[in-house]
Amino acid sequence: MTESASRLAIEAVWRIESAKLIAGLTRMVRDVGLAEDLAQDALVIALEKWPVTGIPDKPGAWLMTAAKRRALDLLRRDKLRDRKYEEVGRSAELYTEDELNGEASGEIGDDLLRLIFMTCHPILSREGRVALTLRLLGGLTTDEIARAFIVPEPTIAQRIVRAKRTLREARAAFEETPAGPELKERLEAVLEVIYLMFNEGYAATSGENWTRPLLCQEALRLGRILAEVAPLEPEAHGLAALMEFQASRLKTRVGPAGEPILLADQNRSLWDRLLIRRGLAALERARSLGRPLGPYALQAAIAACHAEAPSSEETNWMRIAALYEALSRVMPSPIVELNRAVAIGMAFGPAFALELVEQLESEPALQDYHLLPSVKGDFLYKLGRIEEAGAAFEAAAAMARNEQERDLLLRRAAACRSAE
Amino acid sequence: MRYMLIMRATRHSEAGIPPRAESIEAMNAYHAELEKAGVLLAAERLLPSSNGIRIAYPNAGGSPAFASGPIDQVNELAAGYTVIDVTSEEEALAWAKRAPDPNGYGEGVIDLHRMLDE
Repeated sequence: MTESASRLAIEAVWRIESAKLIAGLTRMVRDVGLAEDLAQDALVIALEKWPVTGIPDKPGAWLMTAAKRRALDLLRRDKLRDRKYEEVGRSAELYTEDELNGEASGEIGDDLLRLIFMTCHPILSREGRVALTLRLLGGLTTDEIARAFIVPEPTIAQRIVRAKRTLREARAAFEETPAGPELKERLEAVLEVIYLMFNEGYAATSGENWTRPLLCQEALRLGRILAEVAPLEPEAHGLAALMEFQASRLKTRVGPAGEPILLADQNRSLWDRLLIRRGLAALERARSLGRPLGPYALQAAIAACHAEAPSSEETNWMRIAALYEALSRVMPSPIVELNRAVAIGMAFGPAFALELVEQLESEPALQDYHLLPSVKGDFLYKLGRIEEAGAAFEAAAAMARNEQERDLLLRRAAACRSAE
Repeated sequence: MRYMLIMRATRHSEAGIPPRAESIEAMNAYHAELEKAGVLLAAERLLPSSNGIRIAYPNAGGSPAFASGPIDQVNELAAGYTVIDVTSEEEALAWAKRAPDPNGYGEGVIDLHRMLDE
């Protein structure tokens, strides 16, 4: 193997193993910062040895053994008598190789879950949670994270350092997985971080790249892991399903000139069928757990209706309207109401929908939101109220931030004027 | 003897579209009349099935299968019920037939059931 090839191979192993490694080490040393240092030391040793010896059969176990040896070295040299580090010695034989190579279930799954709960701890800032999760669970370098968020590397490095310090100072132990009402709250924080990460990659409105696939991939991977280690939590499956569906459209949502393409106009034959099937399977698991669907699962169920429809017209808008009805209860927001109005318009005709939209016009949060008059214009147009529709499209165009959208709205307004 | 009027779910009710104003008024007036006659025991409206779950026992003696809503078979769902206490079947039928269209979109269905006496 050439040096660069072996480096790439080692990096691949690292991406696969680092989260499990850090999770396992954190359980032993009870300090996520120290665990990460030990894991990094093991990586350095691997980078020295593997190009010569080849990558071992069970690289995860190899790295764990190296990290533990390193921990014991530190213990001896520094004569650390701190009780918490003694655990390293006691638990040195804790992992068998089979365990380390096993699925993300059982003890390793629990370790990973606890690590996710730790990096998404409510005492950390949102930005800190995201950065620390990407670093420790995604195995990304600070440089990669910085490039993904288009911020300078020192900013990310600082966020990570600060997050680790906050955890240490708060003595946020590598605790037992929260249970009961606390679990729900903490799980929400974890799901939020993962979805934030996904959206950051998916809906980037700034920067040269409209979508930033690394963040999407990483969020998707974490979402799948979370669903695997918390299989009884419907929302974990719901989020995984939602991200699978959205990722299935990743390639079709931007045009050649970087312009956004709306769902109705996307080339559906290019949607990724494999991801759609995975999304449907995850959604089915969420639905079978015996709870009414939560916000993520409901959004996933809506995405599933789109994914299964051959065209916008042939979409099960009735079901989408029903799903928005539930979403408006569990996650009330004016945007959800507006989407509900659109679905109702498609399922039951524009008259009902117009009523709903008019009720939303007094909503402060939607005062500058161009989609409100744009949607209203659409319904008015369908009702034959062309003049009013033209005025609504003009109002929408004045609010649109995106040039392409503004042009489209002005064209629609002009068409109304000439039709009068 | 007690009877239950089951107002069936409709596509509109499942999507959370409220009944037409005339239907709401007519239903309120109907319930007020039942109340005044001393026969009304209960009257409740239900949220759409998207807010609930279905529990099915596909295998006798086996464990149940769960399915979160919405349930696609809209017409087999309930959207509300009214329980009345009357002295004869004739009286129950008379009251039931005076019930207004529950939502006013041409989809309304009401089933009248006699309740099993304990």
